[in-house]
Amino acid sequence: MTSRAPAAGPALALLLVLAGCATPQGRVVLLPDPDGRQTAVQVSQDGREALLQQPYAGAQLTRRGPQPYASSAQEVQARFGAALAAQPLPPADFTLYFVEGKDEFTDASKQVIDGVFAEIARRPVPDVLVIGHTDTVGNDAFNDTLSRQRAEVVRKALIERGIAADKVAAIGRGKREPVVPTGDGVAEPRNRRVEIQVR
Amino acid sequence: MNAIRRRGCGAGPLLVLGTGVLGTLLLGAPARADVGQIKVARGQVAVERNGQQLAGDVGLPLEAADVLKTGADGSVGITMRDNSLLSAGPNSTLALDRFEFDPTTSRGRFDARLQRGTLAVVSGRIAKQEPSSMTVRTPSAVLGVRGTEFVVSTDD
Repeated sequence: MTSRAPAAGPALALLLVLAGCATPQGRVVLLPDPDGRQTAVQVSQDGREALLQQPYAGAQLTRRGPQPYASSAQEVQARFGAALAAQPLPPADFTLYFVEGKDEFTDASKQVIDGVFAEIARRPVPDVLVIGHTDTVGNDAFNDTLSRQRAEVVRKALIERGIAADKVAAIGRGKREPVVPTGDGVAEPRNRRVEIQVR
Repeated sequence: MNAIRRRGCGAGPLLVLGTGVLGTLLLGAPARADVGQIKVARGQVAVERNGQQLAGDVGLPLEAADVLKTGADGSVGITMRDNSLLSAGPNSTLALDRFEFDPTTSRGRFDARLQRGTLAVVSGRIAKQEPSSMTVRTPSAVLGVRGTEFVVSTDD
């Protein structure tokens, strides 16, 4: 009994130290990007850092800083299944195209609106964001106003077809987000568009 | 002297024009205090706002500084105005500490804090425009978001 005590003391102390260091403070796992793009999460704990940049790269949060490890789809499902199951539907995007320099949309684009209404019907509490864009002809002030006018035309059309006015907002992004990158001052029909996001 | 005065007066119409355009943009922007909305709610979900507790029902508009809490059977999913998606599992506390967003420029600031529980995050337009503009905190860590989907918990 007395001969065991001196050995048990340090062993117990070591265990406590290990337990203290290893006290789990949570974990972080990077998930695959749905579009396959390169993404990352930077994890910082009191100046200690880990950069997660592969799908299912994980880090345990500990008092010694983030400890990288390889997680998996199975582990993520087991630990985070309930949180992931509560994820809202991602916003659904629709695009309408416009006649150059005007706020009239093309005939082909009128059919897209049917798809918007189908998407609205799928969602329990839908709200709609209409985002106007222009090509790069003209300055920012002109294009901000034009993009907003285009968005307003679509917003009114949606309201006329039955969406509550307080559920649909219209904004203009001007020439900041072209789908087809061009130099300044280039007339490009594919950039003269309005996005409708149902979320 | 006259020339200077005339030049000084000449700025008048320009200023008026400038104010007019700015005024139109500001008035035209949708005046919404809400930063997001509850899209999914299961089991027990509550929202703390200004010291009051609200039922965290589907459709509830959210405001900056709201704190969402789920019970043992609860989970909640929210869509922010910049299209960030956050969803928390059972026994979780999620604080929307700060949310500012200019929809025209996509610039803003989003700081969320998972005080306990589990959280899944899909970052939105704020992080896409400027990655350093969005953080998710836990009691022990700060996560910087680089255009991304991830999960985070506060214990094992």
